[in-house]
Amino acid sequence: MDLHLTEDQATGAEKAAVDGLLGLPDSGWEGGTRSELGGHTALANSARRDQLLPVLHAIQSHAGWISPGALNYVAVRMNLPPAEIYGVASFYAMFSLSPRAPIVAYVCDDIACLARGAGEMCMQIEKNLGPAGSSGAQNHTVWLRSPCLGLCERAPAALISAAGEAPREYVLAPATSSSIQSALLDAKSGRLAAEPDALDANISVPQSASPQLRLLRRIGKVNPSSLDDYRRSGGYEALRHAMQLGPQQIVREVIDSRLLGRGGAAFPTGKKWEALLLQRGSGRPHFVVCNADESEPGTFKDRILMEGDPFAILEGMTIAAVAVGAEKGFIYVRGEYPLAAERLTHAIKSARAHGFLGQSILGSSIHFEVELRRGAGAYICGEETALFNSIEGYRGEPRNKPPFPTQAGLFHQPTVVNNVETLVNIPGIILEGGAAFARIGTENSSGTRLFCLSGHIVRPGVYEVPFGATLREVIDLAGGVGGTGKLQAILLGGAAGTFVSPAELDTPLTFEGTRAIGATLGSGVIMPFDDSTDLRMILLRIAEFFREETCGQCVPCRVGVTRQKEALERLIERKPFRSAAQELQLLQEMAQAMRDASICGLGQTASTALLSAVNRWSLFS
Amino acid sequence: MILLWGSNARETHPIFFHHVLKGVRRGAKLFVIDPRRTSSAQWADVWLGLDVGSDISLANAMGREIIAAGLANKEFIENATSGFEAYKACVEKYTLERAESETGVPAEAIRQVAHTYAKAPRAELCWTLGITEHHNAVDNVLALINLALLVGHVGRYGSGINPLRGQNNVQGGGDMGAIPDRLPGFQHVENDDLRGKFEKAWGCKIPPKRGWHVSDMLLAMERGDLTALYVLGENPADSEADRHRALKLLGGLKFMIVQDLFYTHTAELADVVLPGAAGWCESEGTVTSSERRVQRVRRAVPLPPGTRDDTEILFELARRLGHDWGKPESERIWNELRSLSPMHTGMSYSRLEKLGGIQWPCYDESHPGEMYLHGRLWQRPVLGPRAPFLPAEFEPPVDQLDEQYPIRLTTGRRLDSYNTGVQTSRYSSPLRRDEALDLSPEDGTRYNLCEGEKVRVSSRRGSVVAPVRFDPGLRPGLAFLTLHFHNQVATNDLTIDAVDPKSGTAEFKATAIRIEKFQER
Repeated sequence: MDLHLTEDQATGAEKAAVDGLLGLPDSGWEGGTRSELGGHTALANSARRDQLLPVLHAIQSHAGWISPGALNYVAVRMNLPPAEIYGVASFYAMFSLSPRAPIVAYVCDDIACLARGAGEMCMQIEKNLGPAGSSGAQNHTVWLRSPCLGLCERAPAALISAAGEAPREYVLAPATSSSIQSALLDAKSGRLAAEPDALDANISVPQSASPQLRLLRRIGKVNPSSLDDYRRSGGYEALRHAMQLGPQQIVREVIDSRLLGRGGAAFPTGKKWEALLLQRGSGRPHFVVCNADESEPGTFKDRILMEGDPFAILEGMTIAAVAVGAEKGFIYVRGEYPLAAERLTHAIKSARAHGFLGQSILGSSIHFEVELRRGAGAYICGEETALFNSIEGYRGEPRNKPPFPTQAGLFHQPTVVNNVETLVNIPGIILEGGAAFARIGTENSSGTRLFCLSGHIVRPGVYEVPFGATLREVIDLAGGVGGTGKLQAILLGGAAGTFVSPAELDTPLTFEGTRAIGATLGSGVIMPFDDSTDLRMILLRIAEFFREETCGQCVPCRVGVTRQKEALERLIERKPFRSAAQELQLLQEMAQAMRDASICGLGQTASTALLSAVNRWSLFS
Repeated sequence: MILLWGSNARETHPIFFHHVLKGVRRGAKLFVIDPRRTSSAQWADVWLGLDVGSDISLANAMGREIIAAGLANKEFIENATSGFEAYKACVEKYTLERAESETGVPAEAIRQVAHTYAKAPRAELCWTLGITEHHNAVDNVLALINLALLVGHVGRYGSGINPLRGQNNVQGGGDMGAIPDRLPGFQHVENDDLRGKFEKAWGCKIPPKRGWHVSDMLLAMERGDLTALYVLGENPADSEADRHRALKLLGGLKFMIVQDLFYTHTAELADVVLPGAAGWCESEGTVTSSERRVQRVRRAVPLPPGTRDDTEILFELARRLGHDWGKPESERIWNELRSLSPMHTGMSYSRLEKLGGIQWPCYDESHPGEMYLHGRLWQRPVLGPRAPFLPAEFEPPVDQLDEQYPIRLTTGRRLDSYNTGVQTSRYSSPLRRDEALDLSPEDGTRYNLCEGEKVRVSSRRGSVVAPVRFDPGLRPGLAFLTLHFHNQVATNDLTIDAVDPKSGTAEFKATAIRIEKFQER
């Protein structure tokens, strides 16, 4: 490509960050040093477009921001126009295209943390350090407000990210204004701990002592860094068995299990797999993608699985690969999960070293490689087609469907994309059979489900219950309502979910049970709010969240999420345009437009929580 | 696969290059062979930056590698070609190592382009003046044709050899017989039957021997055999290599007519200037594009006062010389061509209009025209004569580098300008910049120059003064000038008039120069 670059030059550190991933440039034409004797050949590097996101991560984490010079260097190395790279980099919240202090504290002020004092904490930080975005400590540190960090069981939470030669990430949960400030200073003086976080099963998985757990059974008991321990606890037996069963039978078992996807959309997993099974032999490469971009506010179950049982995810993916004939898989982990990424990276490495990944798995003729990709702060990338675009190195904007991922997914090839929890169900299904699995739970909701309890709850954490338990039972399992102890409302399914009232506590937590009350299980969020909570402020935070996270592709969503937030503000300030009733009518109409004319779930559900609350309580009269 | 050889199509054939980019977007591999890393080369999957004039060595080494790797198309060679053994013997000498030392291109890259070309299901081999503006132009072309024959990349949909034409109607000029040895429809003037056909139709005698091409004409002027010249739409005062010589010869003519849209440098030397009409908007007729597509052009604006349509001028001239050809109506002239040139016979004006153009040959009014040529080579047994391999040996450029003239100058064109600027210099372009000698940044350092500083550029024939500009697309020892701005830098004062005896083209692409800091007095 004939690139038109600005004069800006990359620094040595920025070049080193890029070269660390792409290797040293072959020649002066590709950004290397020009030699007197060279200049007789050059190869284009445009085939490596999917390296763009990792490359941008490398620059951000080494230099603290992505400078125009760095953009130029990436353009030359990857043979991409700088405007294109700018478009991708500016899509993600964790990348900065203007100079920024290298040490950043992302302080969560999302709903689960708000219920646990994040509002007061942010006010305190603001008092000490200035408003969000202002630099401190001789321009070395900065704090920013962040959407949900997925640490809700230990709210309020913060993530420290220190760019530099040895980039560090560190999680503070629960955080206080003083712990955040001292972590910033520690990072500045290089004293920040190397380990980002530690998973304490006693806190995050209150049931961990229970013998009945299926999905959570290894959390806190089996060392997540040890492949040997994983195998001693029954790990990889399912893969061996699956390879004996063969693709047809694996898919049959998954169909028989009636397993529905656990990411939120509840699509039958077996159907996805079958679609690829039928395309085997078509000559097109197949992909297996694990959607670990867990970004729904209030959701943290996938993080716990990744941190506590990473091999189980790999085993589930590998069984999927055996079934659908994929030789390459990707795990897309949200950028805010440093420990999960670290554990998975380690697990991939050890699985490869021991023949559970890579060439000739377990001595068979099956090859399967898994690559881990980190998101960079974009809720929308959890949408499966946006996730494909993100992996491919494009802006993470959803694609039109059809074609569906099973027809044209990652790299426009047939792709199975499954959520982390879904994949962790697979080994069990293979070992005990689909029919046995289907007997757990209810008729239409088979198996067990992970629920993320946070907000005003006595023992927040991830809970595993067979489908069929009621909302009341699960809340009781977690010790009952926290805060004042008097329940006002429960948010089910996250920001894209529904508010339900105490009167609906006896709803069974099944796909069909929630559907009957016009709610959804979504990603398994159960977030009670006590009677001291101003629900209107929670709604406003949700509206702000969608306004920030829309990708802007579909006009109804782009405009709607902003207008919705504005209308809500007017209602809260009791300055409605004309009347409150008319504002509510407007909100209904906008919601309809967004549902009808947005191509993805974000726009289609951006009003769901708001309207569910408005329909249940008279918040604005 | 698309192989651009000696072509900077991104700048010189921008419309064609759009189509190349479409192919690239759909997954075609683009290889560019050019001494400079041009803007076309920057789009390539692989760029091979050979030394100027070493094309035959590269092509023969590719041929040798293809044969050695067993990638030659044996079926095609056996059934549709002749002379393979001689070709094989010729290229046997061109090992990858030899080619690397002669071209500068790493052996591995040569191997890669050879294998990719041979294995591609479809491949287009396109070239331009980087191949033909050499003292051995025809040999260069033959070396490329040999490659296409070797792997059978001819005569099939998506596979072919394409010399890219510089104007919308260069092909049409050749089709109409503006070649020293051809009558319209490429009918050889030295063939008595063919010539007889035209003589009968026109009721006159046609000289039975081929005429001169431009380089011959300059020689004839030198000998005093040519004393009068009628120049239509050409600007030889600027465009000929070794411009001092050309100017002297043109100035020494007894009589010169120039017929042009503009008052060119050549027109300034003329005795009579006939202002013509712009073919694309002020005339009726046809043009023929690079893909042999004949299309109608129509008069869109009236002629400016004082000018006449080119055919009208020719008809009037004929009338004054005693031949009344009647009224110059374009369709009547076209129909006359159709009656004499079999490959145009089926192209009536109404069909050209209806089909939006027709690609020749088109033998009758039911013939749709041919999307590609040489399909006959795939008929078994092959229809007509076999395609011959014509081996070509590498010969370095005539103007050799030495201690006195250590830098290789090559010439070319830029996106915003066309040739000597007759058609382009009169309007402004945001892309245009003044002429400058492009040098590699390394040579800039070596000669202690800064951007914009003036240098004296000297060749064995002349010298010019030009500011320098650094182009990272050049490697040390390679320099570049265009011929767009002779008022600023008379590039052809430097170039050599070493001419290919077979085509008459001069070696514009390879000049030995030296550069010195210029002291303004």
